Amino acid sequence: MSHVLKRLAQSVLTVYVVISASFGLIRLLPGGPLAYLRSQAIQQGGSDLSMSEINARIAAQTNIAVNEPLYVQYYDYMVAMLQGDFGQSTRYGEPVMQIIGSAIPWTVFLTATALFLAFTVGVSLGAFMAYREGSNFDLASTGVGLVLNSTPGYVVALLFISYLGYRMEVFPTGGRYASELTVGFNGPFLLSVLYHGALPITSMALVGFGGWALSMRGNSIRVLGEDYLRVARLRGLSTRRIAMRYVARNAILPMYTGLMIAIGTVFGGAVIIENIFAYPGVGFYLIQGINARDYPLMMGGFIIITIAMVIGITIADLTYGILDPRAKGGSSRESY
Amino acid sequence: MNRTDRDDCQSAPDRSQSDCERSENGSNRHSTDAPEDVASGGGDQPVGGYADAVADHPVGGYADAVADHPDGDYADAVADPNKFTDEERDPGRSAISGHAANGRVAADGGSSSVSEFQQMADVSMTDAERRRQWLDEKILAPARIVWDDWRARSGVLIVLFYLLMGTVGLMLVTKPSPNQGGYLVGALRTLEYPLGTTASGVSLLSQTVYATPSMLTMIASGAVFTVCLGTFFGTVAGYKGGTIDSVLMVVTDIMMTIPGLPLTIVLASALDIKGSPVVIGVLITINAWAGLARAIRSQVLTLRDAEYVEASRIMGMSTPTIISGDIIPNLMPYITMNFVQQARAVIFGSVGLYFLGVLPYNSVNWGVMMNAAVNRAGATSSPAAFHWLLVPMLTIIALALGLTLLAQGADRIFNPRVRARHAETVVDDEDGGTGGSGSNPTAPSPVTADDDEGGGI
Repeated sequence: MSHVLKRLAQSVLTVYVVISASFGLIRLLPGGPLAYLRSQAIQQGGSDLSMSEINARIAAQTNIAVNEPLYVQYYDYMVAMLQGDFGQSTRYGEPVMQIIGSAIPWTVFLTATALFLAFTVGVSLGAFMAYREGSNFDLASTGVGLVLNSTPGYVVALLFISYLGYRMEVFPTGGRYASELTVGFNGPFLLSVLYHGALPITSMALVGFGGWALSMRGNSIRVLGEDYLRVARLRGLSTRRIAMRYVARNAILPMYTGLMIAIGTVFGGAVIIENIFAYPGVGFYLIQGINARDYPLMMGGFIIITIAMVIGITIADLTYGILDPRAKGGSSRESY
Repeated sequence: MNRTDRDDCQSAPDRSQSDCERSENGSNRHSTDAPEDVASGGGDQPVGGYADAVADHPVGGYADAVADHPDGDYADAVADPNKFTDEERDPGRSAISGHAANGRVAADGGSSSVSEFQQMADVSMTDAERRRQWLDEKILAPARIVWDDWRARSGVLIVLFYLLMGTVGLMLVTKPSPNQGGYLVGALRTLEYPLGTTASGVSLLSQTVYATPSMLTMIASGAVFTVCLGTFFGTVAGYKGGTIDSVLMVVTDIMMTIPGLPLTIVLASALDIKGSPVVIGVLITINAWAGLARAIRSQVLTLRDAEYVEASRIMGMSTPTIISGDIIPNLMPYITMNFVQQARAVIFGSVGLYFLGVLPYNSVNWGVMMNAAVNRAGATSSPAAFHWLLVPMLTIIALALGLTLLAQGADRIFNPRVRARHAETVVDDEDGGTGGSGSNPTAPSPVTADDDEGGGI
C-alpha cells in the first residue's frame, strides 16, 4: 500500500515540477515569451493601449499578472493551472484547455493502440523466434526486425502518406474522421475513426515491434537455458505452462522498464506523426503553437502531454508489482 | 550442479572451461550476463577464471608446491610450462600476465626477509612485450571479434563510411549551391548528379555529404551527454543505496516521465539557442539519460554485493574507486550498447524535429532537406520531387542500421570470454598451460555460432 502511495506522490510531484518549470520558462527568460507577447499586444492594439490593458491581456493569455510580485504571480499561475485553466490561445482565440482537451483523447487513442500492437506482436514474434532459434524464420525475422528498428516512424509515415495516401488514394491524408459523419457511438463514425487512424497507428507500431521482438528473443533464449527451466521440464509440466509461466513471464520482466520509456518515445513520436498526417491531436497543436509563437497553447500542450504520460507510466509502474511480486518488497538495502 | 562435472571444468583452463559449461547445461548462449555465467559454470571463480589457482590452493599449499623447485629452476619452469605437470594450473596463469608470480619466490625457503606480498616476480616482461600484449588485448582482439561477426563487421563498415563521408567526402564532392544543375533532376539519371537535384538545382549528393559533419557532431555530443550522465546517476544510486539512491531516483523518475521530444521542442523555442550541433545534440537527449540511469541502476544492484566488490569495500577502497574499477567495467557492454542506441535516438529525434522545422540550424542537414522537400516541392504528393525526400530518409536509415548492428557487435567485444579466445597472446599461453596439464584432451573449440547472441536491446 505504501508503495502505491509513494508512487502516486511521486507522480503528483512530477506534474508539479513540470508546471513550475513552465512558469519559469515563460516568466523568467529574458527576451522570452513574455516580451514577445507584450510586443504582440502593442502591435495589435496600437498605441492607444495603456500599460495596464496590455498587462491584463497578457494575464488572460498566460495566467501571469506581470505587475504583481513574483511569488504572487507564481501562486496565481499554479492555482489557475491546477484548476485546468491553461490560459488563452493567441492563435485560435479559445481557451487552451478547450483546444487541448478535445485533442488529448485522439492522441491517447493513437499512441495507446500503437504501443499495444507493437508490444503484443513484438513479444509473441520474439518468443517464436527464440523457440525456433537458428531457423530460417528466425534469421528472416531478425533481419526484418533490425531494419524496422533502424527506421524512424516518420519515415514510414511519409512513405505511407505519399504512396497509400496521395498516389493510390486508398487512405485519407488528414483529419480524424470524415467530416460529414455525426459524432457519436455509431458504426460509420467508428469505422471512419479507425480508417483515419490506421496509417498513423501502423507507422508508429511498425517501427516499434522490431525492437520488442529482438529483445524478447534475446531474453527468451537466456531464460530457456536457465536451470529452473530444466527443473520445470523434469517435473513434467506441460509445454504451455512452461512457455507462459516460466519463459514468457521471466523474459518480459526486464522489458518492463523499456515499456515505460517507450510510452515517452511514442508520445514524442506522435508529435511528428500527427503533423505528417494533419491529425489534430495534442502534438499537432503543440507544433501549431510553436509555429505561431502561441506560448499559452504550446505550454498547455506540453503540460497535457506530460500529464498523460505521467498517468501512463504510473499505471505501468503499479502493474509491475502484479507481474513481479518481488518488486513489492521495497528497498531495504544497506547503504554504503 | 553436479559435483564431478564442476571439478572437470575447474581443472581445465579458461577456454575449455567454457566448453564444459556449454556441454553441462547448454545455458551459455546469451553473452550479456557474463558474470552470472562464470559464477554458475565455473563454481567459485570470480570473473574471468583468473583466480582459480588462488581459489584452489590456499596460500600454504601454494608454498609447498613451489618449494619443491630449487631457486635456479624457477625461471626455467615459468618459461617451460611443461615442467609444472604436478601443479597444473599455475603456469598458464603466470604466463598470461607476468605478475602472477608475485610472492611465490618468498616461499622458497625464507632466504629473503621480504614478505611474500611485497616480493616482485623475478621474471618480467620487457616493455616491448608489454606493449605488444596491450595492443593485442585491447585493440587487435576486439578488431578480430568485430571481423568475425557479420553484424559487427557491417556495422563498423557502415559507420566508418559515414565518418569518411564527413571528412574525406567533403574534399571529393563539390559544395552545394543553387543552380548547380537542372531543377528537380531525378535520382540515378545523370552521372553528374547521381542522387538528383532539388527544386532550386542543388545537388542532393553535395547536400547529403556536407550535412554529415554537423550531424555526426550532434550525434556524438548527444550520446556522450546521455551516457555520462546516465552512468553517473545509475552507478552512484545503485551502489550507494539508502537516501542517496532515493533522492537520485526521484530526480531520475521525474526526468524520465517528461516526454523527451516535446520538452526539446518547448525548450528550443523558449530558450534562444543557436544552431550549434553540440547544443542541439544535448538538447535532443535532454532527459534521455534518466532511462539509462534507471536501467544501469538495476544492473548495479545485482553487482553491488558480488564478492569482489565486497572485497574492495572491506579493503577500504573509496566509493569512486569501486565504482570505476569494479562496477563500470562490468557494465561496459551495456553502456556501449546504450551509447550506440542513444546515437540512433539522436538521429531520429533531430531529423524529426528539423523536418518539422522547430529547431534552429546553421547549415543544411538531412532533416532540413526533408522539410524543404515536403514544404517547397510537395514531395509527399508529387512523384517528381519524391527523390528529394527519399535520399535523406535512406541516409538516415542506413546510418541507424549501421549503429544497430554495431550495438549488437559491441556486446561481443566486451564479453571477456569471447575476447580471451581472440587475443593471440593469451590464447598461446593457455595452450601451453593446457598441454602441460594434460587434463584436457579435447582440442580448444573454435568460436561457436551459438555464442554470438546479440539480442536483448
